[in-house]
Amino acid sequence: MNLSIEGVSHVYGRTTALDDITLTVESGRVLCLIGPSGCGKSTLLRLIGGLERPSAGSVLQEGAPPPGCLNPLTYVFQDFALLPWRTVAGNVALALEHHRLGRAERAEIIADVLARTKLADFRDAFPRQLSGGMKQRVAIARALAVRPAVMLMDEPLSALDGQTRELLMDDLVSLWERERFTAVYVTHNLAEAVRLGHTIVVLSRRPGRVHATLTIDRPLADRQPGDADLEQHVAHLWDLMRAEAEAADREVLDA
Amino acid sequence: MPDVRPQDRRPVPFRGGGFRPHPLPWAGPAVFLVLLAVWEGAARAGLVSPLVLPAPSAAAAALWSLVESGRLWLHLSASLQRLVIGWTLGTAAGIGLGLCIGLFSLARAGLGPVVAALFPIPKIALLPLFIIWFGIGEGSKVATLFFGALFPTIIATAGGVDSVDRTLIRMGQSFGLPWRDVVLKIVLPGALPAILSGARISASIAIILLVAAEMIGAEYGVGAYILLAGNMMATDQLIAGVALLSVMGLTVAFLIGRAERWLLRWRG
Ligand SMILES: Nc1ncnc2c1ncn2[C@@H]1O[C@H](COP(=O)(O)OP(=O)(O)OP(=O)(O)O)[C@@H](O)[C@H]1O
Ligand SMILES: [Mg+2]
Repeated sequence: MNLSIEGVSHVYGRTTALDDITLTVESGRVLCLIGPSGCGKSTLLRLIGGLERPSAGSVLQEGAPPPGCLNPLTYVFQDFALLPWRTVAGNVALALEHHRLGRAERAEIIADVLARTKLADFRDAFPRQLSGGMKQRVAIARALAVRPAVMLMDEPLSALDGQTRELLMDDLVSLWERERFTAVYVTHNLAEAVRLGHTIVVLSRRPGRVHATLTIDRPLADRQPGDADLEQHVAHLWDLMRAEAEAADREVLDA
Repeated sequence: MPDVRPQDRRPVPFRGGGFRPHPLPWAGPAVFLVLLAVWEGAARAGLVSPLVLPAPSAAAAALWSLVESGRLWLHLSASLQRLVIGWTLGTAAGIGLGLCIGLFSLARAGLGPVVAALFPIPKIALLPLFIIWFGIGEGSKVATLFFGALFPTIIATAGGVDSVDRTLIRMGQSFGLPWRDVVLKIVLPGALPAILSGARISASIAIILLVAAEMIGAEYGVGAYILLAGNMMATDQLIAGVALLSVMGLTVAFLIGRAERWLLRWRG
């Protein structure tokens, strides 16, 4: 299932957050969305996921979601969004309980995704007992449980420290190698974008427009932190963004 | 490194500590016993007249004769029945209305001002009206407690719903949870801490109203017992009644504390 974003604009009161965005999210690929602070990345992700209606333009699903898919467009949130009163298994179950599944089938899905995210030993722990990295793994397990067609990830690693981020990035790469999921991945971190993105879309400062698009052909599994060509991509992206980011920064100060 | 004489080496002075209360389980009962002993001693020594302040032993004797006569249960069951029915109904209705105000803009805009206007009225002032409406019997007393518990619960519940993390609600919607599930599995548990602290407040308000209502017109009930004792200048019985109220309040607080511990065990 591809997603087609056609001429999407969005206004909040008098501020235009997004202006005429056109993009295609291709099945089985990770699209990274970067741009200066406040340019509308989170807004675009909410529009893609149907949590908000665009002021103009449309977001279209092309083709049917894969069979067995329970929730085609599934989020992973920056602050994890786990229910503190549910255990790890309970948080995963939340995404399944309103679907017509047998008790055994549900238990099987939960056990399966917890195993895939290396959380099997923590199924009865409460979120407060987990580190940030573990919490985000629970959120990823919950997203996998509904077999999404597209994962919408809003800075999923930003709340984590550098080392945890590296570990989870490796996990995400190996997960993608196995599952070939489709994702729109919002990040501030250029190194993250070049590690995980097949396509990188740079948005301009507010109102967000597509400023540049970059495709990286090297397979995800072959990318290592510090690779020369990845460093080059980072430098290139930073060149593209620098002026925008500086301007956006000043805008915030003026406001 | 230059040589330092041994006498010039000294430990770093300790400046931390304090500001961290630790449990001293014996202190509370000890103070309580000392107070009782001083009071008993003063009464025995004739420092205060038994009519002004009877000795604790006299109050205990009054309480014992109440038990023996079988009237304790009569008063206590009348009071507890009113408390349980009035407070439970008021709290249940308050949670329902508070949820409505928290969830629906129309209810918030429409009921909010009414609740704000009715909340500060001491409900005991409405008792004469309730007696006209519901009769002098149980109805008027239960109604007083009902309204006394209703408004604080509405306010606590609506506040609790407002304080539920919106990203959790968005998360529920993003997984396609139906509206009912969002309310039952995300909003209600999220508002539960506020609802429970509201229950604490409404329970103490209900006890105050209970005694006041029983003093205005009741044959049985702890409030009626205290009033009768006062009218007869039987201060030993009066103190016994007040002790009963204290035990009742403590029991209610204990039960709510237990419920909190169990329902909010995820907070650790
Ligand atoms: N609910 C809202 N109401 C009004 N304005 C909003 C709302 N959400 C976002 N905005 C505004 O829209 C613009 C884009 O916000 P958005 O959160 O999408 O940016 P972002 O690129 O995700 O920023 P960041 O990098 O800081 O996460 C900002 O100027 C923000 O103030
Ligand atoms: Mg954002």
